[in-house]
Amino acid sequence: MTTPAEPTLSQASPGRRALAPPSWTQSARLRRRVLGLCAFIFLAAGAVIILLPFGWLVSTSLKRPAEVFVSPPQWIPPDPQWSNYREVIQTWPFLRYGLNTVYVTLMVMLGSLLSCSLAGYSFARLRWRGRNVIFFLSIMTMMIPAQVTMIPLFSLFVALGWVDTLLPLYVPAFFGSAFFIFLFRQFFMSIPRSLEDAARIDGCGYLGIYWHVVVPLSVPSFITVAIFTFIGTWNDFMGPLIYISSESKRTLALALSFYQNYFYGGIHLHTLMAASLMVLLPCIIVFFIFQRHLIQGMILSGIKG
Amino acid sequence: MGRAERRELLAGYLFAMPWLIGIVLFTAGPVIFSFIISFTDWDLLNPPHWIGWANYATLVHEDPLFWKSIRVSAIYTLFSVPLGMAFALAVALALNMNLPGQSVMRTIYYLPSILSGVAVALLWQWIFNAEFGLINVLLRKIGLPAPGWLTSEQWALPALIIMSLWGIGGTMIIYLAGLQGIPPHLYEAARIDGANLLQMFRNITLPMLSPVLFFTLIMGIIGSFQVFTQAYVMTNGGPAHATLFFVLYLYRNAFEWLKMGYASALAWLLFIIILLLTLINFYMSRYWVHYDDAG
Repeated sequence: MTTPAEPTLSQASPGRRALAPPSWTQSARLRRRVLGLCAFIFLAAGAVIILLPFGWLVSTSLKRPAEVFVSPPQWIPPDPQWSNYREVIQTWPFLRYGLNTVYVTLMVMLGSLLSCSLAGYSFARLRWRGRNVIFFLSIMTMMIPAQVTMIPLFSLFVALGWVDTLLPLYVPAFFGSAFFIFLFRQFFMSIPRSLEDAARIDGCGYLGIYWHVVVPLSVPSFITVAIFTFIGTWNDFMGPLIYISSESKRTLALALSFYQNYFYGGIHLHTLMAASLMVLLPCIIVFFIFQRHLIQGMILSGIKG
Repeated sequence: MGRAERRELLAGYLFAMPWLIGIVLFTAGPVIFSFIISFTDWDLLNPPHWIGWANYATLVHEDPLFWKSIRVSAIYTLFSVPLGMAFALAVALALNMNLPGQSVMRTIYYLPSILSGVAVALLWQWIFNAEFGLINVLLRKIGLPAPGWLTSEQWALPALIIMSLWGIGGTMIIYLAGLQGIPPHLYEAARIDGANLLQMFRNITLPMLSPVLFFTLIMGIIGSFQVFTQAYVMTNGGPAHATLFFVLYLYRNAFEWLKMGYASALAWLLFIIILLLTLINFYMSRYWVHYDDAG
């Protein structure tokens, strides 16, 4: 392991020897460079492995049906079939499913941002009886697996006549979720109280302070929660699977699972991969635009949790 | 109570009101309801009728599929969580060394972790295709045996474990932040004392990182006991129930067989399993998790 790096270093060392620190530093530096090289090779190899599935996805989505099942596979199709994407959009109500998904996702984002930020502000700043007990209970609800509430909620939505509508997928978001309330509370607690006091002297009520002081100062936290809810809702499968039965109300994730059932005889893998890529694309774009906010959110949840 | 205090109290309740309603309507109520339902026989169409502990007794004594699903989820957790943590830690350590291209690498490792659901499951189903899938193509190229993966009773679960390692990026980001929070002077002091890298890792890095490791362990266990989409889409629990994850079995009982009472009993067992595992981990954490005074 050490041999390949040694020659370059021993060539470089004679000139420096006059000023060189004691020899243990030299060997430590050598060892660190070797370690750095190993780490770099490890990272690069891992990165290639991580990227391979993406390459496979794109490659398959651009192939002709006959080119998909060829061994050994061709990574770069000789004649990329961009028309596969058009075929998906034309033969499959892709836009219908897309609109359903966008609608549900936007509503969940709106509902979560409103309810969680207001509750987060209340827990962070306002004093009211029972606040700490309820906050503790709220944190505890994060421990409850969604499967426990799934069946009662289903029967509730049956009773309300909401099954096979999009309502069960987004209405609960307007009633908050513990994790995002917790995130907002953490953000809001770092806002200096003096700013709120200044707004109060200017005649702001609590809603005014929330709107004119808290919201403008916590745009990053709103973005973080928006992105988390976007990714979670966009990819959600179990919710639509349980509640949606009409074809016209399917979300992309649900529709994709049906697409698979119909066509996974093999022959349609090229369009299946094209459809999958199109479903993933919004998340990938959002990831690249808001990577920093996602990382901030992860760190906050990981360290403070 | 003064007027200002009363106004603050009122505003506090009002702001939290959606959530307070939400807790009752969408969490506390359903949790209690689910507990009651778990003692009944209910198909959603006819009124539930009380059967006492029968659901739980059947689960434990007469339902081999229940035990199979527990075993599947437990084996998956036992491998995917520690392996994921180990890889995430290795990547985070390497990314923390100020190597060239580290921000690009971080992005690459992080990206898959935000992708999930049906599209990812379909992609991996194709990757694991026994005949033409990416993995077997590569395995054959280097002369290794190419198993049937998702169609093999023996290899289907390992395939899903391998797939889970693709999404370690979120854990890796948390570790990276943890590593960057370790004060450099600790390492300097250790270096002056003549500690080698392995000693520094064992005596500084691991203890300083242990709260974060503990957090991701708990979250990892909770998450892996709730695996559903992959199993539903990629293998549908098969072959021969080899990937019958706990939540998939719960889903089938509830929404395919309309055994709501039985499924509620399963849900409560899941809750209890998660609670127990968390408590055990909290208890064990005394022996290995180090909380810094400053943190």
